[in-house]
This record gives sequence, structure tokens and C-alpha cells, in this order.
Amino acid sequence: MSSEDRDKREPMGDVGDAVLECQHLGIEFGGLRAVNDLNLVVGRTQIAGLIGPNGAGKTTVFNLLTKVYQPTHGTILLDGQDTARMSAAKVSKAGIARTFQNIRLFSTLTVEENVRVGLHNQVECGMWSSILRLPRFWASEREYHRRALELLDVFGMADNADDVAGSLPYGAQRRLEIARALATNPKLLLLDEPAAGMNPSETAGLMEAIAHIRDTFGVAVLLIEHDMELVMGICEKITVLNFGEVIGSGTPADIQGNPQVIEAYLGKQDAREGGE
Amino acid sequence: MGMLGNLRKTTRSHILTYAIVVVAYVVLQCLVSTHSISYFLGGLLVPVCVYVCLSISLNLVVGVSGELSLGHAGFMSVGAFSGLAASICLRGVVGPDPLRLAIAIVVAGVMAAIAGIVIGLPVMRLRGDYLAIVTLAFGEIIKNLLNNLYLGVDANGLHFSMESSRALGLQRGIVIIDGPQGASGVDKLSTLLAGFLLILFTLTVVLNLVNSRTGRAIMAVRDNRIAAESVGINVTKYRLIAFVVSATLAGMAGALYAMNYSTVVPKKFDFNTSILILVFVVLGGIGNIRGGIVSAALLTLLPEMLRSIGDYYMLIYAVVLIVVMIATNNARVRSAFDALRDRLRRRPGDGPTLSAGAANGGGTHEQ
Repeated sequence: MSSEDRDKREPMGDVGDAVLECQHLGIEFGGLRAVNDLNLVVGRTQIAGLIGPNGAGKTTVFNLLTKVYQPTHGTILLDGQDTARMSAAKVSKAGIARTFQNIRLFSTLTVEENVRVGLHNQVECGMWSSILRLPRFWASEREYHRRALELLDVFGMADNADDVAGSLPYGAQRRLEIARALATNPKLLLLDEPAAGMNPSETAGLMEAIAHIRDTFGVAVLLIEHDMELVMGICEKITVLNFGEVIGSGTPADIQGNPQVIEAYLGKQDAREGGE
Repeated sequence: MGMLGNLRKTTRSHILTYAIVVVAYVVLQCLVSTHSISYFLGGLLVPVCVYVCLSISLNLVVGVSGELSLGHAGFMSVGAFSGLAASICLRGVVGPDPLRLAIAIVVAGVMAAIAGIVIGLPVMRLRGDYLAIVTLAFGEIIKNLLNNLYLGVDANGLHFSMESSRALGLQRGIVIIDGPQGASGVDKLSTLLAGFLLILFTLTVVLNLVNSRTGRAIMAVRDNRIAAESVGINVTKYRLIAFVVSATLAGMAGALYAMNYSTVVPKKFDFNTSILILVFVVLGGIGNIRGGIVSAALLTLLPEMLRSIGDYYMLIYAVVLIVVMIATNNARVRSAFDALRDRLRRRPGDGPTLSAGAANGGGTHEQ
């Protein structure tokens, strides 16, 4: 991303206007409502969390936002633009990027090529220019290389640029996925369990990295995570899902004191007592 | 720094591929000029070029795009018949034979591209086994359409019919395509030089496409469709590009093939031919364009070289094919080959670092 792009962004922490607004969002699989009547607002350059027990529908929300699934109800507004009817590729162009719970890299391509694919809509070069190797092609390749290495440098991966992505260790694959997502120059970055499989010191590094990404790229972050230390540590706002419905929303302090949320995670107080 | 190293590595690989083609052409051309080549082998030179082109072009779909296409011979036949029709229509209009051949090949490419788009649009809605079956069906449909196509030319222009050559109503014209009898009286315009140039063209188009924004998008879709969509790649568009470019190049090779014979019948471009081209690609290593070139050349020449053995030649051909397939898919045999290659690459005096670099260069999708 160039510095001019960054300057166009609002200053960080300006939660006043929303970058993402979902209203009554829902999807039915057969008769099952996997996500029901979801209202979700993410502020510009806000770090927000989406938590809930296993099977609550968190990843389904990401799949609805990025149009892996077609929502059956509701609206999605990205920066005022309705993305609910767009194709997955158009949603990326509109400004939503994501990572995946089970890592999805282009595993036979190199690290740099993965980021170059992320830059696909940022640096244009037509098929004919490529086949005929016109000056346009060489200029675009230089631009691809420069921007890809710039991004890889942020993640300390510039030295691995020529490694095959599938051969990287797990933690590096997760970082490459984030770098590839950022290459699309998003307004909103969705991270699906970024700390999964990481040890406490790696998780601490990740928390710093996420804050750094928000500040450097001026992007809003919505993350799904089971690591409560991470969620409570960096999220400015948390939404809790259970059985596809929002059961609580607010600051980390609000969530920690919300009896409905405690019940969803730990079970009903009197029921537990009764069992003893 | 890393990028320069990477660029040099792929460039070096490309230069080797081009060099193999050029050296093979120079050697063959010398043999032809000095008449030290057998009659049978001489007749195979253009078909070898044709199958090399077909192998390179099918690799774009099977290796780079990762889709199994079983209808490649269909596009070859579209190019073959439209190319020879163009060459017959241009008789006496365009003087020099090489120019007439070049125009015919371009016409063949355009017609095959149209066929590629018409077939590709519905086929690209499918994936995997379903796509393979439907391409197979389309290949057969093309063959059967050509089996019933009658095309003639007279002073009034081109005449089509799907019934018989008499239904064309020609006035002292020529029947170009006569249904199942195909085309006869084709001008033999194809030469080894033309074949060599077409290989260079096909190779350049495919390698330049693969190593570009478009090629990376095609490979990204192959590696992970959902991730490719998530970074804004129009999946259908890039699968279609690979399919249509491949069809176009197959059509051009088809025209070269047709103009190597005086008679061409639609039956030649059947399912067996599609499978034959697929065997070249698989045997050379899916996605490995250089391997596909070598296997196409060897497998085209092998049956003729074995002909002296007599009736058993097809049996030996089949056994060789099976042995090579097993050997290249067996981990132990492969590691033995890798060790051998490392030993060959390590020049005396060089440390072990060079062999480590060589081992890294052996990726599955190296061109």
C-alpha cells in the first residue's frame, strides 16, 4: 500500500462512523438458521471481536460477509455500499479481506507470488501486454515486486520471499495469509482464529502485530478468537454469538459481566449447583 | 536480491526449454538436408511438432489451470478443417506457400478460439470429474458435426450443407469437406521449419502467460478457489482464459497437422487422440512443460522406431508406457533419480551448497 492511500484514511480510533453495518443478517440451511437476525457494527479503524462457543456461527458470519455463502436475509453495508448481492470477488474489490480458520494459501506458489496474487486488483496488467511482454508488463512486474516485498517486510518475511508457501512453518503460513489479505488494500480485515495453534509468546507477538497493522494500514479488524486473553486485551468492542444469535455486545468489561454470556460459556448457575 | 535469484532461476529454466527445442530442430534439419533420415522418420517430423504443440497447450489446462480436459482433439479438428478450408480458398489468391500456411494457421486459431469460448462458457460452470466428462462429450460432438459437414467453394463463395455434397449446389466449384470422407486434395504446405516456428510460438505464449498476473491468477484458482475469490479474482474468467488460449493453440497445431497430408478425415480426431495428448502431459509431469515436450516427441517417434520389431511393437510401446508411469510415480525410484541428478550437478570443487540449491529447483510446477 502506498503512503498516499494511508493518508486518505481517517485518523485511528475514530469509531464515530461505521465501516461495516449488518442489519438482520441471516442464513438458512434447509430449515436450520445458522445465523439469525445479526446486527453488527464495526467502526472505522476499530478492532472488534466476534466470540462464542463452538458451533455458534462465527465463521458462518465471515462466510456471509465475504459471500462464500449467499445470505437469505438482511443487508450488509460496507462504507455505505451494499455488498449483500455482490460476488465474492467484488466484495474483495469493495474492501473486505479475510484469513481462514483452516489456512488457505496458494500452496504451490512462492511466498512472494502469494502476495502478488493478493495485489491482483491493485496493479493492473492485461493478458496481451503479458503475452507480448510489452513495457507495460515489465513496469507492472517491478511494481508487484516492490509492493510485495514492502508487505513481506512488515511481517518479517522478506527473506522467505522465494520459499514455496506450502513448505512454511504453521506460524509463518498464518502471517502470510494476513499479508496476502492486506495486499488487497482492504477497509475491513477479517481474521478467523489468528492465534489458533500458537503458544503464549507467539500470541503476545500476534496481539502487537494486529495493533500495528491497524495503525499502519488504517484498517478496521474483526476477529474470531477463542483465546480470551487476546480478545479482552486488544478488542475495543466484542460481539458474542450463541446458536446463531447475538447474545451480548459491548466493551470487554461489559461482556465479562454479562450474565447471558457467562451462561453461554459456563452453563446456568443454578443448574450447576443443582448437579452438585 | 531474492527476486533476482528467482527470476534467474525461472529464466534459466525457460532458456533450457527453448534450447532443447532449437537444438532438436537444428539436428533434425541437418539430417533432412543430408538425406540421412529414413522415409518413415521423415514423415513423422511434422506430426512430432504438432504433438509437441498440443502437449504444451493442453498443459495450460491440465497443469496450470488444474482441470482435466478430455476434448483437446476436438479443438485440434476445428483448427484442422478451418485451416485447410482457408488454404484451399486462398489458392491462387495468395502466392507464396509459407504465407498461405501462416494465414491458414491464424484462421484455424480464430475458429478454435470461438469453439473454445462456446464450449468453455457452459463447461466452466463445472469442476473436476464432471468437467472432464463434459469436455469428452463436446469432443465427440465436434467430431460428429464434422462427420456430417459438407463444405464447398465456387465462384459464388462458400457453401455449407449438413446433408450431402450434392446439396451444396456447386457450379464448377470444389468440395472442400465431404462429410465422413473428410477433405482430400489438401495442399501439403506444412514443413519442419513451420512446425519449429509454431512450437516456439506456442511455447512463448504459454510461458509468458504463466509468468504474469494472468498466469498467477490461474494458478491461484487451481491451488485454492475460495482463497482466490477472497482476494478478488474472478474465478470463471481466469479458468476460461486458460481453456480458450489452450483451444486456440490446439487449433493452430491442428491446421499444421492437416496440411501435412493430402487427405484428412474427421475420425482421426477422436477420443483416442485426446487421450494420447493427455498421456504426453501426464508422462512429462503435469505442469512440467519441458517434460511434456520431450514425452510428446519420444512417444510419437517410439511406435515408428519399434516398427522393425514387427507385430509386437504396440505391445512393447504399452509396456514402456506402463514402466515409465510406475517409475516416475514410485518414491524410491524418484529419490534415486534425484540423487543421480544432484551428483551430476555438483561440479568437482563445489561445496554441498550447490546441490542444496539444485534440490530446491525441482518443484512440481517448474517450467
